Formats: sequence, C-alpha cells, structure tokens
Amino acid sequence: MDKFSVYAARLVEKGEYFASGHRACQGCAEALAVRLVMKALGRDTIVAMATGCMEIVSSPLPTTAWEVPWIHVAFENASAVITGCESGMKAMMRKGKLPPKKINFVAMGGDGATADIGMGQLSGALERGHDFVYVCYDNEAYMNTGIQRSSATPWGASTTTSPAGKLSKGQRTQKKDLPKIAIAHNIPYVATACPSFPFDLMEKVKKAAAVEGPAYLHILSVCPTGWRIPSEEAIKYGRLAVNTCVFPLYECLYGKYRLTYRPNPILPVREYIEGQGRFRHLTPEDIEAIQERTTAEYEKLVKLSEEV
Amino acid sequence: MRAILEGSKAVAEAVRLCRPNLVCAYPITPQTHIVEELSRMVAEGSLDAGFVLAESEFGAASVVLGGSAVGGRAYTATSSQGLLLMVEVIFNIAGLRLPVVMTCANRAVSAPINIWNDQQDSVSIRDSGWIQLYVEDNQEAVDTHIQAFRIAEELMIPVMVCMDGYVLTHTVEPVDLPEQEEVDRFLPPYRPKYRLDPDDPFTMGAMVGPEAYMETRYHLHMDMMEARSVIRRVAEEYAESFGRYHGGLVEAYDVEGADVVLVSMGSLLGTMREAVEELREEGLKVGLLKIRCFRPFPKEAIHDALKGVGVVGVIEKDVSLGLEGTLCSEMRAAFCGEESPEISSFVMGLGGRDITVEEIKQVARELAADPACRVEFRGLKEELLRGDEG
Repeated sequence: MDKFSVYAARLVEKGEYFASGHRACQGCAEALAVRLVMKALGRDTIVAMATGCMEIVSSPLPTTAWEVPWIHVAFENASAVITGCESGMKAMMRKGKLPPKKINFVAMGGDGATADIGMGQLSGALERGHDFVYVCYDNEAYMNTGIQRSSATPWGASTTTSPAGKLSKGQRTQKKDLPKIAIAHNIPYVATACPSFPFDLMEKVKKAAAVEGPAYLHILSVCPTGWRIPSEEAIKYGRLAVNTCVFPLYECLYGKYRLTYRPNPILPVREYIEGQGRFRHLTPEDIEAIQERTTAEYEKLVKLSEEV
Repeated sequence: MRAILEGSKAVAEAVRLCRPNLVCAYPITPQTHIVEELSRMVAEGSLDAGFVLAESEFGAASVVLGGSAVGGRAYTATSSQGLLLMVEVIFNIAGLRLPVVMTCANRAVSAPINIWNDQQDSVSIRDSGWIQLYVEDNQEAVDTHIQAFRIAEELMIPVMVCMDGYVLTHTVEPVDLPEQEEVDRFLPPYRPKYRLDPDDPFTMGAMVGPEAYMETRYHLHMDMMEARSVIRRVAEEYAESFGRYHGGLVEAYDVEGADVVLVSMGSLLGTMREAVEELREEGLKVGLLKIRCFRPFPKEAIHDALKGVGVVGVIEKDVSLGLEGTLCSEMRAAFCGEESPEISSFVMGLGGRDITVEEIKQVARELAADPACRVEFRGLKEELLRGDEG
C-alpha cells in the first residue's frame, strides 16, 4: 500500500457521513476512526451507538454529526438495539411492508461498553447470527467519564481508578482480548484495525459489511487526553502500537487468521511506552516484562496465521 | 371464535391477531407459556414476525426498542425480576416515544425469591412513562392487548398490560377470540410518525442538556395525561366493534349509596365481586371500584365514581415499604384539596398468599364499623411473626 498511497487516496469515498463540527477533543483518533468507518460503510447504514465519548460529542441537541440514521439508547445495549433494528426491518421487508434493500446495521461502542458493561449483550447478538457489524473503538479506559480503568486497559497504565502510587503500578490486570472472544463465537469475520492505517481499516470495514452474519471490528483509538500525549501525536502512537506489535493488525475470516500488516522491523515496545504519561511510572524492568509478553502474543498470532 | 384456553395462550393468540413485526422475549416464570406459544406459532408458520430470543430481559427490551425504532410493531413479555432487569430500557422506550406493547405476568419481587403472584413488579415502575392497564380475567387480557397496540401507536407511548401471574396466565378459561378481519379493521397497520430510515436520516436518542430536557419530560407527562381520554375512547370503540367492554379507566360496581367501597386492580376483583354479593345479602352495602388504568392515574374518573362515598378500603398486592400500599397513597393524593372519603390501605396477598372471600368481607365489615383511615397487612401468619421465644 505504501507505494500506492498517493493514488489510493483518490479511491476513497468522498462522502462524509460523520460530519465535522462535533465536540471531540483535539487529536481524537476515535473521531477519525468513526469518520473512516462511516466512509467505508456509506449512506445505507443504520448506527446504534453505546453511551460514551462518541455519543456525547456527536449528538448534543439540537446538533448532530450523523448523516445516517442513528440511535443511542444506553451504555450496554447497542448490540441488542441494532439486532432489533435488523430483525424488525428484515421482517418488514419479507412481509412487503418495506422495499427490499441492503442496509448495513452497525453497532458501535467504546471498550467499556464492549468489554465490560455490554459484554453479555454483545455475546448474545453474535451468537444469534444477526447480519450486523459491531465496531469497538478501544481507547483503553473510560475516557468519557474521566479516564477510569476498564478491562481493556493494559497492564501498568495509570488511570484515575488504577492510579500509580507507592503500592501500585497502575492497572494490575492484562488487557482483555476482545477479538479472541468474538472469534470464539465462530462468526464469519473478526478484524483489528487502527486509524493510523486508514486503508487497512476501511478495507476491513467493507469486508465486515459484506459478509453474511455478524462481524466484529476492534479499532485501537488513541486518546491523547487519556494517554497523556500531545494531541498532534495520536497518529504516531497508533503507528507505534502496531509497529511494536502491541496491537497487531489481523483478521479472521471464517476461522482463517491473516496478519494484514507485518511490521518490519518490529520496533521495541519501549518506543511506544515512553512518552505516554499513563506509563511514566514504569521501570525498565516493567517495560521489559511488557516486551516479553508482547513478543510471545505476537508469535502466537503469527503461528495462527500460518495455519493452513 | 369461542375457545377454551390457558391465559398465556389466549394472550399469544391476541398478539398474533395484532400482526407484530417483531417479537422478542426471554423466558421467566410465570410468563414462559406466552413465549413458548409464540415460538410454536413461528415454528409452524402461523405467525410471520421477526422473532428473537434474547440473552436476557435487558436484551429483549433493547431488541424490541430497536424493532420499534425502525417502524415495526414490536411486542415483548416478562415478569418480576425480568421487568426489573429491563428497567433502564423501559424508561428509554418511553422517553424515545416508541409504541412497544408488553405483557407483564405479575409476580413478586426478590428477595426472598418467590415466583408467585403479586403486583410489586409493575407497580414499582409506575413512573417510567408507560401506560399500565391491569386486567381482571383472560377475556379482558385478550381484548386489552388488542386495544394496547391501538393506544400505543396513536399516542407514541408504550403500553404494559399487567395480568396476574398464575391466577390468569396459567388458568384455563373460555375466551372469545376475535376474527382476524375484525382485528385488522380495528387495528390498522402501524404508520410510524418517525423511524430510522437511511433515505431520511434521523438522530434518535440525542444528548439533551438542562436547556431542553425538562420540556421533553413535560411533553411526555402531558401526553400521558391526554392518554386518559384515548384509553377511554379506544375501549368504547372496541365495545362497538366487538361487543365487549371492561371499563375505560375504572369500573364502578354497586358504588351508589354504598356504606363502604373496596378498591383494587387485576384478578382480585373477581374474588371481591363474590364477597360484595354475599355482604349485600347480609345487609351491608358494599361497592367495588376496579382500577383498570393505573398509569396515567385516572384521578377524575375516581372522583366521579366515588362521589358521596364516605369509606374506602384499598386492597392491593404491593407495598411501598415504609409507607403503605401504593395504590392507596395515590387514591388519597387524588382527593388532595377536596373533600375526601376515609381511605385505608390493606396490603394482602404478597408472594402468592391466598386472599379469601371471607378476608375481603372482614375488611368491609371492619371498615363499616370503624371508618378511621389506617394501614394494615392482612393474612399474616402470627406464628411466623413471633420472635425466638415463640
């Protein structure tokens, strides 16, 4: 993709379905991710969004950033709401009450909405086999309420509810592996993405929308406010997360794993950790422990992707 | 068509006649037979609807919310803990003005866990913005479900049909099931005022700050108040079409010139009618007031019905712990600033405790002898109330 990047930009959908003027923080990579996801989905889309940063910044009455039909209900039920939209609309199309049409039914939530409070409903929706896409925008903590830890917060990150201190290294647990949980539901398509790699992201969104049945996208969304980095460095930290293999880009189509991007060379984890305020308290030994775990996890993923 | 059916099956038949586009539920005793019957209809092809079996009641409520938001006629059913698990979504369905219809098979609330009937579940969520209609028997359950969709869709306010668990849901009674063509005439296809549609994008569930939140709640309140006339009219139109009338908001029975009037909601009215007849034979003039519509609260209809009545006893299967029976509180509030009868609260039948004709008669007799307003639990077992020494 690198050598085509000049031309590839012209192939991108020009329409914007997530309008500018929303109230996201400066440098918010999640807002960028939403914009790219919506470009890839196009106008025939219905979005159900969980409570969280994106919901709050995009829909303050009387304004809306949404150029497609959009519904927000609660923190934990975007997946259930969208499956109701899908089932109801498909029944009405079958009964001739609505003209038949391909519509993308898309639920969106942050890591808190997905990994914590909405986990049961997401699992139910994936298990039932509805034709929908779930997009998790993972900024690794409850950013909307002021940077509290979630089960997707990485080990060692200092948040307002897992603060680093004399007796604490910050978050005590490892990041919950949501894509693997989605894959365990034997759904057609699961992928990870990051807006620092926009073409990879949009391709995956299109695949997710195209497959028949549930698809799950896990998008690392750098949060300058919560990660305590300068707002102009969000894209850089997204690239570092991928190039250090902290957040590998891969997909799993009908059970077949594929790494969609292999960093070469793989950068040391230290380059990603250093410079983020949330990891400032970590010692070189702590960073080494993160490095070991990152390498081991990536090697597992490489093995999975080489299975025939 | 006259049929002999269990209450749950009769409700499922009524729902089918309403041609829902989406049905979603999660099984909970004593609502299960409704879901099972609807599942059977879908499996046999006699009900053509989107049919989703959710992973929880919370999910079920969310799914019908989504189905209603895209313009589908949506139905769910639950009970007790299930209703409580739904509560966050229940408020949202009303706030988003989506005309979902739900059956609540009334059951006691934990703890202690108890699967038998009382009305604590639905009474506890009276402030959610749902219309609540309580039915006395299975025929009324059938007729009220058909009315419920009409009311909900006209007002864009959800309706909960409350029927006593087991007492109605599991009781086999003869019921008249209307013909499909008759129901189609009474209940035209749902034409949503707004829906999620890619051809006409619409933001639903926006964030609303202090500058406009209060007005949205005020609108819903005023429309709930207005709903009283709609509920009454729909019941009258139903009577014209189908020849059956179960009361609009309330139904008064032998109230005129009564020494004492007893008030309640739901299936207990059947037992109370028997008690009243026996009391009249004994020479005590007792009347009945059935509250069919609990939300919106039919204040004026209650005034009209109780004109000139001096003593009222409210018998109910719920309690606002630390105060009294909830219906009783609301009856009292209904007379605020006006001449009020003495209104007493009798909390009875919690968790499926049987309420006998004799107990009801005793309440009436005692009120006739001493009308002073009071709060009492009836039917308690003395031997279970004693401490260690007992």
